[in-house]
Amino acid sequence: MRFTWFNLMPWPYLPDDFREKNRSVWVDIPSKLYDPRKGHFVYHQYMDQLEYAETLGFDGIGCNEHHQNGYGLMPSPNLIAAGLARRTSRAAICVIGNSIAGYNPPIRVAEEFAMLDVISGGRLVAGFPVGTPMDTNFCYGQIPALTRDKYKEAHDMIMKAWAEDEPFAFDGKYNQLRWVNCWPKPIQKPHPPIYIPGGGSIETWDFCLDYDYNYSYLSFYGYLRGKSLLDGYWERVAKRGKDDSPYRAAFAQIICVADTDAEAEELYAEHCLYFFNRCLHVFPPFADPAGYRTVNTIKYGALSQLRLEAQKIMANLTWKQLVDERFIIAGSPETVRQQLEECIKGLRIGHLFCLLHTGNMPDWKTRHSTKLFAEKVMPQLRDMWPEWKHDERWWIHPMEERLHPDEMQPGAEKPGQTWPE
Amino acid sequence: MKARTIETKKGARCRVLEGGSGLPVVFFHGAGGLLADNPFLDQLAARYHVFAPELPGYGESTGEDLLEDMLDFTLHGWDVVSALGLTTPHLVGHSMGGMIAAEMAAIAPHDLGKLVLVDAAGLWIDEHPIPDIFALLPGQLVELLFQDPVKGQALLTGGVDFSDMEAFKEFYLGQQRRLAMAGKILFPIPNRRLSKRLYRVTAPTLILWGANDRLIVPAYARRWASLIAGARVEMVPDAGHMLPYEQPAAMVGAVSRFLG
Repeated sequence: MRFTWFNLMPWPYLPDDFREKNRSVWVDIPSKLYDPRKGHFVYHQYMDQLEYAETLGFDGIGCNEHHQNGYGLMPSPNLIAAGLARRTSRAAICVIGNSIAGYNPPIRVAEEFAMLDVISGGRLVAGFPVGTPMDTNFCYGQIPALTRDKYKEAHDMIMKAWAEDEPFAFDGKYNQLRWVNCWPKPIQKPHPPIYIPGGGSIETWDFCLDYDYNYSYLSFYGYLRGKSLLDGYWERVAKRGKDDSPYRAAFAQIICVADTDAEAEELYAEHCLYFFNRCLHVFPPFADPAGYRTVNTIKYGALSQLRLEAQKIMANLTWKQLVDERFIIAGSPETVRQQLEECIKGLRIGHLFCLLHTGNMPDWKTRHSTKLFAEKVMPQLRDMWPEWKHDERWWIHPMEERLHPDEMQPGAEKPGQTWPE
Repeated sequence: MKARTIETKKGARCRVLEGGSGLPVVFFHGAGGLLADNPFLDQLAARYHVFAPELPGYGESTGEDLLEDMLDFTLHGWDVVSALGLTTPHLVGHSMGGMIAAEMAAIAPHDLGKLVLVDAAGLWIDEHPIPDIFALLPGQLVELLFQDPVKGQALLTGGVDFSDMEAFKEFYLGQQRRLAMAGKILFPIPNRRLSKRLYRVTAPTLILWGANDRLIVPAYARRWASLIAGARVEMVPDAGHMLPYEQPAAMVGAVSRFLG
């Protein structure tokens, strides 16, 4: 079992009446609510926490891409990852990922991911989301009905750019480049592990299986609600005749650990409610522009009307509901272990994205929860999949000999690195 | 009006409403498609041979993957005219259909009789940003489209009972399918640089506008007139963006006077 410490990087200063005064946390959130001077401290605190997670033994540290979003301060996750690559040396750096339909030209992603893989010594996990409609369509202007097609083309260009040793011409429908010649190239061969974060589009399953990529279901609604979707995915895996290694799938879960269940409520309730009540307050039409979801996906489930219902529920959630209905997994180490075991087995996942910072949680609580998780929960869950213990297909393969942070910061009196022969 | 299905040379299969006799008039519908109740077509058919094709992705018409960008939509318009066996028809386009008809008139200026643009999309004025129709709650859309939103709601849903979940689902899927197509030429900003090509239009042109259009405000009528040489503007009172449905008699009267 692998664990990645993931930070969405929410803006922690949304006002109490945010919901009443604003229609959406995403796309048209008033930018006057952002204060760059406070932002300076927020970024550093969040990046410090990611680095801290490495020291506690998390397998990976992760970030993702959102635009014009009050709960995601990472329009460019690659910048965060570059900082992490310099200050860590062991953990995988999971960039989950770059919404490649919005990049013009997409070769930029091949280049930046290659840079990250090289700087980190081969520790990059490369995520290629189609991108949420908020990000890709409303903020980045891509046509909903053509987003998936453009995504596929961007993917093809990036993968070919990494694979080819000679410059080639790419005559795409959306991108034409006469000279594609990725420079630098990633360390990991044939390419870094590829993760495809999905919301709920069933087309994404086949895409993952066509190329044997990891399918990561990123939801904030917990494993009980995630189950029907993951069940559908595993059915598809079986139908396609693929093995059922749990490492084919990952899931994101909000987790809060305290010494006791009561202490968990006392410490974390406020911050989880901040997240669910303010950070997920999205104007429903932004989540569902016509053409983004295919007719098949719409028929499979989730009508937008149901999403409106979900919004209403979100407005009045209590801690008890969050916990009882497993939106979040919170409590003593033993409670958390039990529920996570159910989550991991139920969804059949080999990789858990642990959302241990939530909403406006202060640093000390985040570290408290993280430390308890690393020391008292994670070790108990390590061997969930003994028969797949040696399955490294969806994991990083770093260089054996690589630089460590203490070697990267020579003072003026100390010479810098020498190059290998 | 009778319905039949034609197939274009490219392979799109389109349902076409047809009725009347006389000079051929082709009507291009807007982003929402032809509504169930469209008396203006019948009234036009009293004087002309009227054809109202539905775009792929609308109703029973298929082949949406064949049309991806503005040029595809424009050529599709002419492919439909060819498949119907028409020569130099008059073109009437409403909203997005006006955008398509104007593009057709610009790309093949000698292949049509006259051009009528009704509350047409296709231009952008920074001072008058058009609301984002892809980011609206259902109630907000009706408010923007119709002068009288209560009547408008009934016209828009065509009498579907939304408390019936299955009926709602079908309506919703149809709406998603229609707007997915429309998004190809309207998203994120309904401007595919048609204004650069309008100098080519030589057909006599009537710009017909709902005086209370809240979606594409009347300032756009004046902009169209400034871009098409000799175009006439006519404002229709007591009508919003859905002028053909709100004031069918006034629309048909104006169109008939113009087409002769």
